[in-house]
Amino acid sequence: MSKMTMTQKILAAHAGLSEVRPGQLIEADLDLVLGNDITSPVAIKEMEKFNKEGVFNKDKIALVPDHFVPNKDIKSAENCKCVREFARRNSITNYFEVGKMGIEHALLPESGLTLPGDLIIGADSHTCTYGALGAFSTGIGSTDMAAGMATGKGWFKVPSAIKFNIVGKPSKWVSGKDVILHIIGMIGVDGALYKSMEFVGEGIKNLSMDDRFTIANMAIEAGGKNGIFPVDEIAVNYLNEHANGKSYTVYEADPDAEYDEEYTIDLGQLKPTVSFPHLPENTHTFDEIDDIKIDQVVIGSCTNGRIDDLRCAAEVLSGKHVAEEIRCIVIPATQKIYMQAMKEGLLETFINAGAIVSTPTCGPCLGGYMGVLASGERCVSTTNRNFVGRMGAIDSEIYLASPAVAAASAVTGKVSQPSEIGL
Amino acid sequence: MKAAKGTVFKYGDNVDTDVIIPARYLNTTDHAELAKHCMEDIDKDFTSKVKTGDIIVADKNFGCGSSREHAPIAIKASGVSCVIAKSFARIFYRNSINIGLPIIECEEAAENIKAGDTVSIDFDTGLITDETSGRTFTGQAFPPFMQKIIDSEGLINYINNKE
Repeated sequence: MSKMTMTQKILAAHAGLSEVRPGQLIEADLDLVLGNDITSPVAIKEMEKFNKEGVFNKDKIALVPDHFVPNKDIKSAENCKCVREFARRNSITNYFEVGKMGIEHALLPESGLTLPGDLIIGADSHTCTYGALGAFSTGIGSTDMAAGMATGKGWFKVPSAIKFNIVGKPSKWVSGKDVILHIIGMIGVDGALYKSMEFVGEGIKNLSMDDRFTIANMAIEAGGKNGIFPVDEIAVNYLNEHANGKSYTVYEADPDAEYDEEYTIDLGQLKPTVSFPHLPENTHTFDEIDDIKIDQVVIGSCTNGRIDDLRCAAEVLSGKHVAEEIRCIVIPATQKIYMQAMKEGLLETFINAGAIVSTPTCGPCLGGYMGVLASGERCVSTTNRNFVGRMGAIDSEIYLASPAVAAASAVTGKVSQPSEIGL
Repeated sequence: MKAAKGTVFKYGDNVDTDVIIPARYLNTTDHAELAKHCMEDIDKDFTSKVKTGDIIVADKNFGCGSSREHAPIAIKASGVSCVIAKSFARIFYRNSINIGLPIIECEEAAENIKAGDTVSIDFDTGLITDETSGRTFTGQAFPPFMQKIIDSEGLINYINNKE
């Protein structure tokens, strides 16, 4: 009788083994290899060093120029050209040009390319997002991407796991972002180093798919190798809508699977949570937050640019106005989300409130463009990292928060929760 | 590379890949260009002081954050011969092995070696010698599989050799 976690079972199946153990080094078959406009050019250069040409499977590679796209400068344009030409040369099926592209970790699940039981690697650290759908999915670098594209295989050290038993129901303005910030605050930015974070329990039924994508997305901010959820009715409903009828395999943890640590997270006890500069683990709730004046708000990214996030931000901003000195930047993560937000009137709400709405891009999250911070400026952002200089000047500050907190902060001009504006 | 010797640059916990190579320079893949901005947001004097062979010593979770391989590339292209840390973030760890940048996990060395010390490392034995203080430390050995990648000077060569 095996004692494997969800992650271990997926790894075993892809390595052709009946069982794997934590610490074991395995070679496994890949279902999808992902890269973006920052990481793919480095991988494409590495590919030239291989003895043989070509890719292992043109349908199992996804190339998503999203970081500095639409091209922010000439060098970025050259990088995108390199990716585009590689995609054409190799007839890559899943290359997403401007017009089709979105932020990779919102785009691929929406496009049915990330399925339960899949083994996915991506040259982007937030590739762990797809664990929300019961896949094993992890970030790697460009050389691993090159090797994956060429051979269809990757090497892995089988991780041990931490179990998060989710119970209860969150209050109105508490979302997936608050859950994951709370967890990172609790275990630290290396609390899950090299490990899987498995999110289970009766409480997950109170977390939407978009909440789960946000939670799995930030597993890396606790050092995690991957984050993963079981596939329940909510996930199946999402897959029925997005998986284009493709079949998939659901792996469940063995009842006596072994975990390094177990935590219980009561959603009902969680409060809106903010990570202060300069680490995601520096979490605070509003009972300990004084007036912190801000300059900018960003609502978007692979963490919080999905439709639930925009609905929540629009609900807060509806009939209100962004404070006088504040720049509020809203970025729907994909074209589909953008369109949906338009149909629902959310874009009108944002624009009436004095926010701007941009085409999908990762731009501001990593200080690329579309919202770079000047010296001394502060930003409340729904993104995932608040490292020194992440969004611009090295003495700028980032406060990570949910879309609800970000929108409320845009209205007041300081770090605020919705209750401060009568919600 | 079987041995290294150089002067130590010392850093604390959670040195992230954004400070190793800020995203504003990620519009290039040129190694020399990346090296010009290495460690810019944590140590603006690094690039003017670093010499070929020098060694970075840091506390826990070195290289956390983004998967950008530009980070170990920038460090390697700066001439750094080895990074010693209490622990490494996992993507940085993989990337370093895959591009042939030697890294060693050694808590005791990270605690005791000081900035500016002269340190030598024997990669075959994992022996780290602080020539300034006279102390020696033993780093954690790589599993044989990873050692093969390192000996091949990177993942691509390893795969080429295997086939």
